[in-house]
Amino acid sequence: MIPEIGYFALVLAMALSLLLCIFPLWGAYTGNLRLMRAAPSLALGQCLFVLFSFGILIYITLTDDFTVAYVAHHSSSTLPWYYKVTSTWGGHEGAILLWLVMQSSWTALVALMSKSLPWVLRARVLGVLGFLGVGFMLYTLWMSSPFERLLPYFPVEGRDLNPLLQDPGMIIHPPLLYMGYVGLSVSFSFAIAALLTGKLDNTWAKWSRPWTMVAWAFLTLGITIGSWWAYAELGWGGWWFWDPVENASLMPWLVATALLHSLAVTEKRGVFKSWTVLLAIAAFSLCLLGTFIVRSGIIVSVHAFATDPDRGLYILSFLAVVVGGSLALYAARVSQVHSEGRYRFASREVALWLNNIFLVVATLIVLLGTLLPMIHKELGLGSISIGVPFFNQMFAILIVPFALLLGIAPMLRWKQNTLSPLAKKWLVNVALSLVATAAWLFSSYEQVSALTFMATVLAVWIVFSTIADLLQKVSLQTSISEGFKRLGLSYWAMVLGHVGLAFVIASVTLTSAYSVERAVAMKPGDIATLNEYQYRFDGVKEIRGPNYSGHAGVVTVLKNDEFITELYAEKRLYDIGMQFMTEAAIDDGFFRDLYLALGEQMSQGAWSLRIYHKPYVRWMWLGGILISLAGFVVLADKRYRRRVKKEAQV
Amino acid sequence: MNPRRKKRLFTVLAVIFGIGSAVGLTLYALQENINLFYTPSELVNGKGPELEKPTIGQKLRIGGMVVPGSVVRDETSLDVEFKLIDTGPLVTIRYQGILPDLFREGQGIVAQGTLIEPDVIEAFEVLAKHDEEYMPSEVAEAVKGIKHEKPKYNLNSEN
Repeated sequence: MIPEIGYFALVLAMALSLLLCIFPLWGAYTGNLRLMRAAPSLALGQCLFVLFSFGILIYITLTDDFTVAYVAHHSSSTLPWYYKVTSTWGGHEGAILLWLVMQSSWTALVALMSKSLPWVLRARVLGVLGFLGVGFMLYTLWMSSPFERLLPYFPVEGRDLNPLLQDPGMIIHPPLLYMGYVGLSVSFSFAIAALLTGKLDNTWAKWSRPWTMVAWAFLTLGITIGSWWAYAELGWGGWWFWDPVENASLMPWLVATALLHSLAVTEKRGVFKSWTVLLAIAAFSLCLLGTFIVRSGIIVSVHAFATDPDRGLYILSFLAVVVGGSLALYAARVSQVHSEGRYRFASREVALWLNNIFLVVATLIVLLGTLLPMIHKELGLGSISIGVPFFNQMFAILIVPFALLLGIAPMLRWKQNTLSPLAKKWLVNVALSLVATAAWLFSSYEQVSALTFMATVLAVWIVFSTIADLLQKVSLQTSISEGFKRLGLSYWAMVLGHVGLAFVIASVTLTSAYSVERAVAMKPGDIATLNEYQYRFDGVKEIRGPNYSGHAGVVTVLKNDEFITELYAEKRLYDIGMQFMTEAAIDDGFFRDLYLALGEQMSQGAWSLRIYHKPYVRWMWLGGILISLAGFVVLADKRYRRRVKKEAQV
Repeated sequence: MNPRRKKRLFTVLAVIFGIGSAVGLTLYALQENINLFYTPSELVNGKGPELEKPTIGQKLRIGGMVVPGSVVRDETSLDVEFKLIDTGPLVTIRYQGILPDLFREGQGIVAQGTLIEPDVIEAFEVLAKHDEEYMPSEVAEAVKGIKHEKPKYNLNSEN
């Protein structure tokens, strides 16, 4: 009975969403204020019902109701309770329900926080969000309900959660990623509402900006955690595979990053308006495309989900409606948009425009590499795959001008600049970066290739330029403390974001250049040496977990005969699926990770082991966290709060 | 030419140069990195209507099922060798390193590597799917026509 209540709650939520889509939009069209005023309560109502339904799914998972197909396929009675909760989004149907939870929560949040908006705009934003909600709810109810029963023949035990997903990273990765994906639907709704209203001015950018920032911050965090999860859990120390599923999350991120910068220009200077709207539409469309890629199984991926052509077709049609509809509206309205500001070539406007160009080109490259195999196959030309080096080469080329520009742009002023005084500063910074990089790399490594050196210089250059600009801005004030106070949180957000990127660039470069790995066969007592560390294999222990058993290879790590740590590299066999899982042992550090994976048992008590030494790999996720902090810091900016208050009084 | 037009011409040329070099680079990088997919029979008999065979030294991907009993491990090193099959001939895969957790005899896998003899591939990557019901869709398609010959071991294929 309880699962049926969950389903019914979703039906009610969809009914409310349908009303949310129709009433306010119709009200805004006819100027009927009463209809428009219904929007916030409808938004809250549909959110409550979706949350209720999600609560029921969690409840039936925790109580091991294996009459429900979803629970039987993705959970088991021996699963620890926190992984039972995780299993509610570990499979397709549950993941889509989680999407709905996010979608309706964002909609409710917008309803609550948009009191300062004029009713026409507020109603339209909520109406568009309601439409998106209907699209996904219909999908859930029609072809992907997590409440379907397995009656009358149901199993007494579930099939367990995929062991790979039994990891702390997996508990938070999907919710964060979906927060980001769905959050971009708010930017999208603002863009569509503004197009419908025909008023694309900087007030629109002002309203849209904090929402976009938060969505983008969540997306950043989600991608970062995903990369960390892959590193820790897949057992081969990789952190990014250019897999279609990863690309699906990277593309919206790239466009959203472009959107943030473009929104800044639109808010401050009133230019790039139509371009900004287009980016907002593109960012969310790419989220939908990503969902299509991941859920339809049209692309062969190492970690694509269960595949179903009907589902793919639905998402594709929804994608076509959303993209087609919004682009048609865009085409009809964009001619009315006029830019007001004027600017010269040497200006911050142009620098940010270039930033956008690079980010869009990067997106197109990922899109090409992801879709080409699919198109190739659909054309009947046989199946191909695009190798990882393609993406690596293209990004290695793109990052050079991008990073150089990133050091220069924050120092430029709006409208126009005289370049010569700045040029002196840049030369000093370039010289400093070269010297610092040389000191850093040549003191740590015997061999430094030209490419590694160049890429590291880029990271150092970003940090130095950011600091130089910071000092310059602080020195304009009477005292240093006064200077720091006056900088404003938006500025600090930029500093965080840019320095975070520098960390990522440095980490990617140095990890790629200086990671070493060894696959060895070891007997108890054997010692393998890798870089300055010695690894002594002390044999294997039997282990037993709540839902798995297996072996743990015990390895003592020494450095110059000094004890560093003892690591347990596990090989687990999960009871229900009879799946083997390598649980790598990682000794993490700020400058290096030691990473051990246990292989198979060989003859005479020997085991195969894979040992990795990965310098600076942690900086990648540190950088990702810094970047996402930038988005959250902006939220605390008084400019946005003060404005909201002021407008509320009017 | 007046200065304004000159400036415009310069901008247009810069844009064309930018787009041109970007497209050129992309195509070049693409051409270097497209790996064709073969099944064991396609590798031996040729692929497509013209029955094109890959050349020695070519990088490619191959997908098939691991023939039960064909996995030979070296006693002292991590070298491993196994045979792949779809509907007809066998192809040998050589690999050095630890195989993925889900690598099992009778399981569908995809390997990436270099062709070193007409039917031997030196793989640098072997992929098996996380999901126990998994068969690479390319492999599933290749074996579609042979359902009646389903081998004795459980393939978990979708039939």
